[in-house]
Amino acid sequence: MRTERQGLNSLSQADLCRFTTLIASLAMASGRWASPLWVAAFSLVPIALVGWAWSVALSRSAPRADFVFNSGAEVSSLDPAVANGIPEGRVIRALYEGLYTRDPMNGAAVPALAANTQRSNDGLTYTFKVRKEALWSNGDHVTAEDFRWNFERLLAPETASPFASELWCIRGGRELTTGRDAQGEPVAAGAVPLGVTTPDAETLVVELVAPTPHFLELLASYQTSPVHRASLENARRRWPDDWSTRWTKPGYLVCNGPFVLTSRRLDDRMRLSKNERYWDADRVALRTIDVVVIEDATTAFNLYRAGEIDWLDGTIPPSLVDQLLAGDDFDPQPYLGTYFYRVNTTKPPLDDPRVRRALYAAINRVAICDKFLKAGQKPAYTLVPWGRIGTYNSPPGKKEDLDGARREFEAAGFGPNGKPFGTLQILYSSSDQNRAIAEMVADGWHEYLGLDVALENQEWKSYIDRQANLQYDVSRSSWICDYPDVTNFLAVFTSDSENNRTGWKNPEYDALVEQARHLGDLGQRDQLLRQAEAILLDQLPILPIYSYVSQNMVDPRLAGFGSNALNDQNPKFWYWMDDADLERSRRKMNARERKVLSHGPKEGLYSPRAQIERKAGGRTRR
Amino acid sequence: MTHFLARRALGLALTVWIVVTLAFLMMRLVPGGPFSAERRLPAAVAANVDARYHLDWPLWRQYVQYLGPLNVDTHGLFGDRERVFGGVLAGDLGPSFRHRDYTVNQILAESLPVSLALGSLALVWSIALGTVIGVVGAARRGSKLDLWLRMGSSLGIALPSFVIAGLLVLVFALTLGWLPVAGNTSFAHFVLPSLALGAPVAAYIARLVRTGLIEALSQDYIRTAIAKGLPFSTVVRRHALRGGLLPAISYLGPAAAGVLTGSLVIERIFAIPGTGSHFVASALDRDYTLALGVTIVYSVLIYSLNALVDLAYTRLDPRIALEEL
Repeated sequence: MRTERQGLNSLSQADLCRFTTLIASLAMASGRWASPLWVAAFSLVPIALVGWAWSVALSRSAPRADFVFNSGAEVSSLDPAVANGIPEGRVIRALYEGLYTRDPMNGAAVPALAANTQRSNDGLTYTFKVRKEALWSNGDHVTAEDFRWNFERLLAPETASPFASELWCIRGGRELTTGRDAQGEPVAAGAVPLGVTTPDAETLVVELVAPTPHFLELLASYQTSPVHRASLENARRRWPDDWSTRWTKPGYLVCNGPFVLTSRRLDDRMRLSKNERYWDADRVALRTIDVVVIEDATTAFNLYRAGEIDWLDGTIPPSLVDQLLAGDDFDPQPYLGTYFYRVNTTKPPLDDPRVRRALYAAINRVAICDKFLKAGQKPAYTLVPWGRIGTYNSPPGKKEDLDGARREFEAAGFGPNGKPFGTLQILYSSSDQNRAIAEMVADGWHEYLGLDVALENQEWKSYIDRQANLQYDVSRSSWICDYPDVTNFLAVFTSDSENNRTGWKNPEYDALVEQARHLGDLGQRDQLLRQAEAILLDQLPILPIYSYVSQNMVDPRLAGFGSNALNDQNPKFWYWMDDADLERSRRKMNARERKVLSHGPKEGLYSPRAQIERKAGGRTRR
Repeated sequence: MTHFLARRALGLALTVWIVVTLAFLMMRLVPGGPFSAERRLPAAVAANVDARYHLDWPLWRQYVQYLGPLNVDTHGLFGDRERVFGGVLAGDLGPSFRHRDYTVNQILAESLPVSLALGSLALVWSIALGTVIGVVGAARRGSKLDLWLRMGSSLGIALPSFVIAGLLVLVFALTLGWLPVAGNTSFAHFVLPSLALGAPVAAYIARLVRTGLIEALSQDYIRTAIAKGLPFSTVVRRHALRGGLLPAISYLGPAAAGVLTGSLVIERIFAIPGTGSHFVASALDRDYTLALGVTIVYSVLIYSLNALVDLAYTRLDPRIALEEL
């Protein structure tokens, strides 16, 4: 043994070198089998593997786009009728354009392909003139018929569009989707024709069932963007088995927005290029946009810091917020979403409004917003975020009130000398932020009401399922509106709403919301909705916690990027400022803010129109 | 040899069938469905969506349709034309529920090469480095160098790959700026992820090779070889290495499978669009077809790699015959 040891330890450096070079081949082919063939084969395998990996990497290289943003999650579909989500909306805004769109600066619905809109006095008929110069990316004209066919397609049951029910305000819409009328009676196909007609190639007439003040908001939603009929039907003929996955592929997709789809790799990157046939191409500055999918927040943040991503929107970890708020590339703005807890009102003792009021009054919202979230989120005492949308103002909700909470709790028969309450469970979907908030709420309820609170986290879909089946006591929830209208929030808690999920039913509330929905007079409508929200805030099937803020991190050099309450951005308007413009825009900024290094092009990137205007000596129109 | 391969092929078919059936049932038992969302659809609209994806069918019929090879649908899910064949046995893994613009076949065709490229890189460097470290450690047993190498490999085994990934990014991307933070558009982008992915494998192989070689070096035939006056390096190369590598070889099957399929965390951290990320995401999204598709691919991969290792075994150790495997 001893000799061996010595032998082992006296290995020379040269021996080591020989080891390393021979290892790969000798590993498997040593001994009698060490024929040259085997040695060659086994050393070729790793070389071939590395070479192949190299070629895979090489095939993926692409020059950097003018603008890169992170969509956070892969887009479920590029078909506007099927898509339903925030990442989808961003890409569809770039690829398609509907009758209306949103002004990125204030979120208002503004005409896009509608050159002219007339509303009848009773608010039941809308007449649109479609822009004559609008083209599809293959050169076809966008016609009124395109829009008629698309309304029909969106409503048809075989399209299975999640947005279909929003368009049931169109006459015949509900019948087309469900085969039943508003009373639930079966209707023969075609018995109620769809109220969308085209008297001529550029005129579109839409008839509504009842006045719908938010109708233009619906048309500004990306889901109502039109798709190209001929290419879709052609795909159906060409690939009968899987046409629905074929017609949205790059090289085939025909669209009518400011950009076209050049390439797409799932879960990775989408390359959009400027659509030269777009009617307003003159005002589009960016030539290429990359939409990347990076789900890991830290990775996305690192890439943003490295200048490889120019815009990311997502939840910024609260621990980073303090530090980021100082920079001029992070400016959280009010966002139309509310974070709240649903209460299972079918389960005693939570069926007692006094108990719910006690829970409501003992949540320390200010601490949650100021000490934990810190990005400017505001304590919410109403369902409607920030207490207002458009002309609507929420009734003032009650603030935290610890004594009041105890009084309500004791009135319901609980408290120090009352009945035992049992354990209250807070159900939430797994995330650090949800857990932290649930802990803060639970602490408050334990401290002020003496409740035993258990936290239960569930993976997303299981949590959704539990909530839908009312298998919870109190459950984390949120609501972000699709279009800025109060009914979009208040209709959630009507008795027959599939999103109610609290078991709360209040006929008076239902009647007020239903009445308001079909009221042309906005003042009266707001009045009714205020009454409805007051009932909700008195009965409290939900416990509002905070109103959201948007959390965009965007290169300070980018212009045309708005801060609207829907965070609905339109790449059509984006452009890079040059150093002079950047300096000018920074003069307006808050003195406390720190100038962040911009990775955008120093010379800027302006649309053809803006370039001409700049040459003419004027400053760029902002 | 033919006999061995035939038996393995049969075993593979049976295994995959059992895996598919179990996975199919388990996916359906989990609460929630592909289209359940915080914003629920009106019942009539939800029914339309379910009908489009045949979720309104009884489970057995969905299973028969999924497995194939006969298409029990009257007109095919996507199409209007009648199709005779369909389902897994006809090579059709179905449409993805989450990625509505893609079929599962398309998703796998896009993502598998990326995962395999990443896995191959990790495997190549980890085997090479692991073996060298193991041999050096065994040859210099007890020395300071051996101590350091053993500490290194213990760390490699103990640290989860996402911690290693984080450290690598911090040092090589954020601090030194030598390599990109994340992404997948050049070979440089694959360096850090493959290092992070291969580190535990390299560490484990190093340990196995070292132990195996030390064990082999204590055998009588080695003593004889040294007594004959052969140089030590020749003894190791010609006599000890073969026996010493056996434990490492048997680990290669699971290691290769693990590296090729287990890259989910690494893919997420480095934003690499491989199959690994779909493995977890599809289960969370209740994307039934994609989850099953990835499961099928993984089971085929793992089974074949193990068969390959068994083959390699017989080459290295004449005492093992194919017939016994």
